[in-house]
Amino acid sequence: MPETLLKVENLKKVYESSTGSVEAIGDISFEMQRGELVCIVGPSGCGKTTLLKCIAGLLAPTSGVIELDGKPVTHPPENMALVFQEYGRSLYPWLTVRGNVELPLKHKKLSKSERAQLVDDALLAVGLDHAGNSYPWQLSGGMQQRVAIARAVAYQPEVLIMDEPFAAVDAQTRADLEDLVRQLHRDRGMSLLFVTHDIDESVYLGERVIVLSKSPTWVQEDLPIDLAPERDQITTRALPRFTELRTHVYEQIQRAKRGEAVRPTV
Amino acid sequence: MSSMMTRSISVLRKPPGRSRSILSSIWFALGLPFLLLVVWGIWATISPQKFFPGPIAIIQAFIETWVGPAFFADVLPSLARLGVGIVVSIAVGIVAGTVIGLVRWLRELLEPTLEFFRAVPPPVLVPILMLIFGPGDATRVLVILAGAVWPVLLNTIEGVRSTDSIMTETARSYALTPVQRLRYLVLPSASPRIMAGVRQSLSVALILMVISEMFNNSSGLGYRITYFQTNYLIAEMWSGILLLGLMGVLLAVIFGFVERRVLRWYHGIKEVERA
Repeated sequence: MPETLLKVENLKKVYESSTGSVEAIGDISFEMQRGELVCIVGPSGCGKTTLLKCIAGLLAPTSGVIELDGKPVTHPPENMALVFQEYGRSLYPWLTVRGNVELPLKHKKLSKSERAQLVDDALLAVGLDHAGNSYPWQLSGGMQQRVAIARAVAYQPEVLIMDEPFAAVDAQTRADLEDLVRQLHRDRGMSLLFVTHDIDESVYLGERVIVLSKSPTWVQEDLPIDLAPERDQITTRALPRFTELRTHVYEQIQRAKRGEAVRPTV
Repeated sequence: MSSMMTRSISVLRKPPGRSRSILSSIWFALGLPFLLLVVWGIWATISPQKFFPGPIAIIQAFIETWVGPAFFADVLPSLARLGVGIVVSIAVGIVAGTVIGLVRWLRELLEPTLEFFRAVPPPVLVPILMLIFGPGDATRVLVILAGAVWPVLLNTIEGVRSTDSIMTETARSYALTPVQRLRYLVLPSASPRIMAGVRQSLSVALILMVISEMFNNSSGLGYRITYFQTNYLIAEMWSGILLLGLMGVLLAVIFGFVERRVLRWYHGIKEVERA
């Protein structure tokens, strides 16, 4: 029974500055069901990060409505967690891996043992149960991003939002981390909103891919990905259907870049 | 070629253990002071000068002057003023600096004024503060505060202000409480700057302790040294200066110990970056 978790309606964001105003987001509307894994792709500079910041309640939209679980988002919601691209600047270097994962739990009403349990569980889920007492800067980039993911997982959010989380790690680590995301989604039924500029990644990960136009942004296409839920880096990516889908998304992005797609007037 | 040689030698030398490198670093640390003492001693023996007694005379004067009642009459009061002055300066600097650093309009309002007060050489405040508050211990602590608070204050403002934007957004998105943000984000992230400020404050505090005691006072190191000087007790005067130098070294050692603990993560990152 699908149930709407996140609703974005006619979102518009205009940045005002002394040199004039810039319309970053024109009109974005989409919905996300509970338990879904939705990828958002778009040409560079299309306001993906602006969109995420609005959804995360870090930035106030100029107009439009964002609802999480039926409640309008005006400030960062308690049941949402964010994973940033810049893991090095998102983890606190003065805290250990454990300390970082535990920090957001401190103001939740949990007993000490419940908290420890959540931290252990999250570190285990990302394969870092041995690194709890290390500091983030002692770890590789991929492992640091795992810590950031563990922190989000331990927080037990309704929805996990990831902003180009693997853009700064090498290709092999990236494949591992993609599978980790799939696994978290499958095993824990987590709802995930995943922003990326990598077309293959969006098709490989997503159950749906939302293609954004260039700025001022609107939703150019909302594409269901009809690949089997069990995905594998080698076999899935070799499927003819995978190639078709990625080619389709690729063409959409090219059209978006050239501004060929025409915004439907409602 | 020669650089390759020295390189291979240093590589060969490293394995025999840390004890040797500690020993050699002690040699390096104490070698120059020792050499200076020897040169000074020889020079003072060859050509005795009235105002520059030899090291042995000064060490004798040091023991006679400072070991005994003078330790309680002069050294301890000075140390107490210094200690209280430093602690109050650091506390006021960090608290006020954090508030000013976090509140933008306050910062814009205060910064030019703060720069002015910082630029005023604190010793000139001594006579004024003495006039207003009288020559008591509190006034002397106030003198130390008036000079030593600035490096901590200004560095804290700067450190608090430059908290990383993504770290701040992380804190916001996880809905950390204001107290948690202060405790786990703002203060730790400012701590390298704060510690740099504290380091400067320590030397300023020591200077101001001495100067504050040179004005109508009847106890303390500054007073005692001026007293020796005006009474031509030259070796005793030098021994007081030696004591001040040792206190400075002691402060630096304590600071280094605290800094290594507080900024362990910071030095760790630097080490990783260098590797």
